[in-house]
Parts: sequence; C-alpha cells; structure tokens
Amino acid sequence: MNILKNFLLQLDRRIIYAAIALAVTIPLVLHFAVPLKPSPIVQSLFDALEALPPKSKVILSFDYGPSTLPENDPMAFAFARHLLTRNHRIYMMALWATGARNLDHTIEQVIEKEFPGKVYGVDYVKLGYKAGDEGLINTLFKDFKGMYTTDGHGTNINDIPMMKDITTLEDFDMILNVGSGRPGTKEWIQYAGDRGNIPIGGAVTAVEALLLYPYYPRQLKGLLGGLQGAAEYETALISKYPQFGTTGRQAQVYMGPQAVAHCVILLLVILGNVSYFLGRRRK
Amino acid sequence: MKKRVPLIIIFCVGTLFVLAIFLPFPPFPAMEGEVSVWFDILKGFAFVLGGGNLIRVTADKIRKGHPDRFYLWVTLVGFFGMLVVGLLQLGGPIAPGGDFTTEGLWFRRIYDGIFAPCMAAIFSTLAFFVSSAAYRAFRAKNREATILLIAAFVILLGRTPLGNSLTAWLPDFLNFLKIPWLFEKILMYPNTAGQRAILIGIALGIISNSLRLILGVERSYLGGERS
Amino acid sequence: MSLFLSVLTLSPLNYEYFAFDKINLFVILILLVTAILFFVLKARRGKTLSIRKIAGLEAVEEAVGRATEMGKSVLFVPGSRDLDDLQTLAGLSILGSVARMTAQYEARLDVPVNRSLVMAAGQETVKEAYLAVGRPDLYRPEMVHYITDEQFGYVAALEGIMVRERPAACFYMGAFLAESLILAETGNSIGAIQVAGTAMPVQLPFFVAACDYTLIGEELFAAAAYLSQDRRMMGSLKGQDVGKAVAMFAIVIGSLLATIVALTGSSFVGSLFRAFIRLFALNY
Repeated sequence: MNILKNFLLQLDRRIIYAAIALAVTIPLVLHFAVPLKPSPIVQSLFDALEALPPKSKVILSFDYGPSTLPENDPMAFAFARHLLTRNHRIYMMALWATGARNLDHTIEQVIEKEFPGKVYGVDYVKLGYKAGDEGLINTLFKDFKGMYTTDGHGTNINDIPMMKDITTLEDFDMILNVGSGRPGTKEWIQYAGDRGNIPIGGAVTAVEALLLYPYYPRQLKGLLGGLQGAAEYETALISKYPQFGTTGRQAQVYMGPQAVAHCVILLLVILGNVSYFLGRRRK
Repeated sequence: MKKRVPLIIIFCVGTLFVLAIFLPFPPFPAMEGEVSVWFDILKGFAFVLGGGNLIRVTADKIRKGHPDRFYLWVTLVGFFGMLVVGLLQLGGPIAPGGDFTTEGLWFRRIYDGIFAPCMAAIFSTLAFFVSSAAYRAFRAKNREATILLIAAFVILLGRTPLGNSLTAWLPDFLNFLKIPWLFEKILMYPNTAGQRAILIGIALGIISNSLRLILGVERSYLGGERS
Repeated sequence: MSLFLSVLTLSPLNYEYFAFDKINLFVILILLVTAILFFVLKARRGKTLSIRKIAGLEAVEEAVGRATEMGKSVLFVPGSRDLDDLQTLAGLSILGSVARMTAQYEARLDVPVNRSLVMAAGQETVKEAYLAVGRPDLYRPEMVHYITDEQFGYVAALEGIMVRERPAACFYMGAFLAESLILAETGNSIGAIQVAGTAMPVQLPFFVAACDYTLIGEELFAAAAYLSQDRRMMGSLKGQDVGKAVAMFAIVIGSLLATIVALTGSSFVGSLFRAFIRLFALNY
C-alpha cells in the first residue's frame, strides 16, 4: 500500500507520457476502428447537404495547416465525397496559406481517385489561397471575381465554366469550412453567413468546437467537432451511400487511438484524485 | 513628433473604420478588405526585418561560442536552404511566381517530407501535455473543483464509444442519466452560457481598449508614457 | 488602387448616405462610447476610481522579483498573432510594465516573437521602458527577437528556450491558439512562476489548468490600466461596466420574454420578443 502511495504521489510525468504513447500507438497498429452513431449536430449538417438540390454551388474552405491535418483531412474528404456523390459543384479555396496544400490532398486522395468521371472546372475548381483573412471574406462578399481573377493553376477565372454565374458570395448555396483556428468557421459565420443568409457548415478541431456551439443551430447548420465529429459524419455517409464502406473510414480508424487515449486520461484523472486523497490523509 | 504622428494616424484611421461600418457608399464598404490586403503586403516586407533579426541574433550567438551552437547552425542552414530552394524553384522549371506545390519541386518535397511532419509532431505533443495537465488539474479539492471534475469526466466519457455503451442499458425515462445526453447538454448550456459571458466581456474590453487607442489615452504599445 | 478608382467614379445621387439597417448597432455604439468617454473625462478631472484586485497582476512583480533573486531570466510571450490583433497590443502594453520592473530589478528579459511587426513594436516598448526608469545601459535590442511566423516552429523554439534557459518567470499575454497548453505545461515542468492572459476563450481552460495565475478575457485588456494606475485608463474600465450592465439587463429581459412566450404562447409577447431580438440583430 505504501509503495502505491509513494508511486502515485511522486508520479513522474514521463510515465504518463509513455502510457499515452502506448494508448495511441497500439490501436493505430492494430487498425482498431470505431464506428459511432451520428450526434444531432452532425446529422443536422449531413441533412442540410442532403437537402441541397443537385448542382448546388458549395464553397469548401480549407483553413487549417499541416499540424491538424490528421484531424481535419478526414472531414474535408467526407465533405468532398458527399458533395460529389450528390452532384454538387465544389469551389475549393483557402484562407490559410498552408491550407492550399491540404486542398491538393483532397483533390489527389479523393476526387481524382474515387471520382475519375468528375471534370475540373465543371464539377470542382481549385481557387487556392488568397491573403486577407476575414478581410478576404468581406471582399468576396461583394466582388468574388475581383479577388479571384485566376484559379489555383493560373487559368483566367472567366474561362472556367462553373465560375460563369458567380459574382458575389451570395451566389453560393452553402459554405463549408474545415478549420482549426482563426480565420475559420466563426469568421465565415460573421462575415458571410449572417450578412448574406448563406448556410454555413463547420468542421473544426475538437478544441475549437466548444467555441462554436453558441452559433448552432441558428447561425450554423451543423458542426463536426474533432475526429469524433468526422467519424460520425462518415457513419452517416456510409449508411446512406454504402459504396464508401471501405474507402471512407479515415476518421473512424483514427478514432481508435483517440478513444483509448481518452480512457487512459480518465484513468489518470482517477489516479490523480486517489493520490490527492492519499496525500491529504498522510498530512 | 515620433509619437505624435503615429497617434494622429491611429486616430484618423480608427475613426474612419468605425464610420465605415455605417457609410454604405464607396469607398467605405470595400475599405476593410482593401486595407487588410495592404497590411498583408506590409507584413511581407516586414518579414525582411524579422529574417534579418533572426540571422543577426543567431550569427552573434555562434560567434560568441554559445553552448547551443549546433542548434543555431541548424536554424541558419534551414533558413537559407529553404530560401534558396524556394527562390530558385529547384527541381522544376524556373518560373517566377509559379506554383510552389508543383509535383517534383524540392520545395514541395521539403514541405511534405520535413515541414509538415515536424509541425504535426509538435502539435501532437499536446496529447502528452493534456494528459499530464489532466492528472494534476482535475482534483476534487473543493466544491467548485469537484463540479469541474464531474463535468470533465462526462465530457471525456462522452467523447468515447465507451461512454455511449456504458449507460445505453438505462431505460428511456432515465435518459437524463445517459452519458451522450449529459455530454450534449453540458456543451449546449453551461458551456455556451460561460462562453457567451466571457465573449461579452471580451467584446466590451475590445471596445474600451480600441477607444483608448483611438483617443491616444493608451500609448504604452508605442513604447511611450501615457499622457 | 480600386479603392481610389471607386471614389473617382462615385456619383453623389446613386447612394444612401447612412446604413439605416445598422441603426441599432450605431445606437449601441454611441451609448458605449458616451459611457466610456464620460468616465474617462470624470477621471481626468480628478475623480478617484477603484478597480478590483486582480491576483494575476499582483503576482507580476513577485514573479520578476523571484527571477532576480534566483539569477534567472524572465520570459515574455506576447501571443502568436500579429499587430493587427488587439490582444497583441494589450500584451505589448503589459510588456512595457514588465520591462520597467526587469529594468528596476536588473533582471534578464527575453521576448521571443513570431511576427516581424510585433518585434519592431516590442523593441520600441522595451527600450522606452528601460529609458523611463533610467536604465538605458541595461537595454539590448536582442531582448526582443524574431523566431518564425510558423506557429509550431515558434512553439518548438519557445520550448527549447524554456528547457535550456530555465526562466524563473514566464508571462504569456496576448492571443494564443493550440500552443497555449504546450507552453504552459513546459513552463510548469521547469518550475517557473507562470502568469497568462488571453481573450481566446478556447485556450483559457488550458492556461487555468497549468499556470499559477490567468487573466480571463477582459482582464487582459484591463491589465495595462491596472498596472499603470493611470486614472483615464481606469475611467475607461468604468465606462465598460456600463456596457456590461446593459448586456445583463438585455439578457434578463430577453430570457423573461422567451420564457413567457414558451409558457403562455402569447402572440403579443411573441412579437415583443422578436422586436427585442431585432434590437441586437446583426443580419444586415
């Protein structure tokens, strides 16, 4: 008993780190996937996309860097799959300089591989990164082509078929933001959604999600909060479109390590309290 | 003079931007977007200032025989290496202003092979820090801390499939005891209420601080005495 | 350029001269500005204003003193955003006060930054602070130095500085993103006294968990006034309280109306409630 008491009271933080490392690595190696039931806030966004008529114009904004790629990429992939399956048109852009590379990931990993029939410029377009943060959204709200004079490959914007009937942000039927900070979903809501009554959907890191709950459901159609949100969206997508049963499970696979790590943290919280009470009794 | 000119600029620009919200005719509606682009251009030029400082401080330390010379060399080599690779667009056709993400470019290879994994690695250390902070912080020291502990426990459980299955057997009339129900309600109500209260306080703080800056009451960020 | 062209092509007959759809916002703005100006002027005339004790700011001097006693440095991080973020400016204002203390105590100050413009402003702030207390001899431009714009590159450098230099006091004042917990936990592991302040609600719990003191939201903006005890700045805080009172009043009225509508279903109260909501709506 005394050994346990001393061990807990003087627990080296490196032991905690080792426990977390194992909790993440083992499920990752074993491909421990976790399917989840979609929560109302995720289902609501899924339903909003389902309700859009075919050929709707949807902005997919990649506002995250390489650091949160494992958390954000599955969200972008799921959105791209859903939008293209429903025959919507995707306008891919980035408010973050580092988001442009993630945009390419989605094109390479999902669109080109899983939707070879989709035509660039007709079904999807890479608008790329533009500087200006929320100021950019503000400008796009009034004059879209004034800011995007070319696409991400340097092609004149007027030569791209799906850009023909676009003049302002209000011409879009929905804006989806995959983000991990500022500018992100909140800025899209404040500078575009609220002003133009454009439906906004968010997909953000778990930590950022807490900040966005106040906007749901009036200003935000739905929200994917962290990997769990992404995994729930994948569940909704796979149950409606079973063809993604094998390719569309990135978040569910990543959820395995996260779920185990959460359990380890819960255990640590319990141990922390045990050590606290043992220490108090000793005093 | 050194302080007065910036203060006059702050007063004029600040007032103009506040008024711009309520003036619907050109050039006011487009002003925010345009000026943020100007700021970005300014930031681009200011990078020279920062880059120069980095080189000077690092080179100085190397010259003085700093014990961490090795890391300082890594910084310098990384800085100049990336600069040369990017400017000369090594590995691809030389086209000023071309796409840096083109397949085959060394810049892209370094970005994908070194930069992105390094950034992800540093971000992922959060998992370790979250766990050690949780071990230390969530303790039932008093009533408030116990409430925080219970809420944290529910949220953590709610984020796992275990949380769903743990209380799934409860009958429907005990729905309010189910982890997913509690998880959602905690996020929707106490969390939202707390966030909103903090946000209102922050918004008012921002207004008051902005006004202090516009009126020149607060000028310590200019390095000067408050008048 | 397009901004100037738009002015040249402006025809005075084509436009409205005031956005009446934002009149509610304008009224709220006038109300707040009047309240703040009123209290600033009142304070200027000599009215003494008190401000509640903020433990985090009381600890700043103690932390600098401890670093001096231990012969270790003081680390100051003014956030990870640029100069166009008000939190960075608030951070720099606090840096001015901290720099005065380090100059007086002759403690070493280290301010690594991740934006060039913040570096330029920070150098000026620290230089003026050292001049103000009559110790320009102790000032070195490299006290405020640039690292990198990249968020996690900056974080890695800060962690390295903390682990190698082992500062006795760490101040994190400004806008922080995911790096908040990484910095605070590293600081905790080296046993430094840590005081943080941010108006990023998502990062606050991390700082609260790992730092000794945390300035929550508006306290960050009040810090410069608190540390300087400048009457006019404190007056502006008092004016801010009027805004808070209006917000509280609006929340109570709104909640009451919403509850009555939910309980009675009254269409009259319903329309009253919608009109009340419209007063604060920003859908323009």
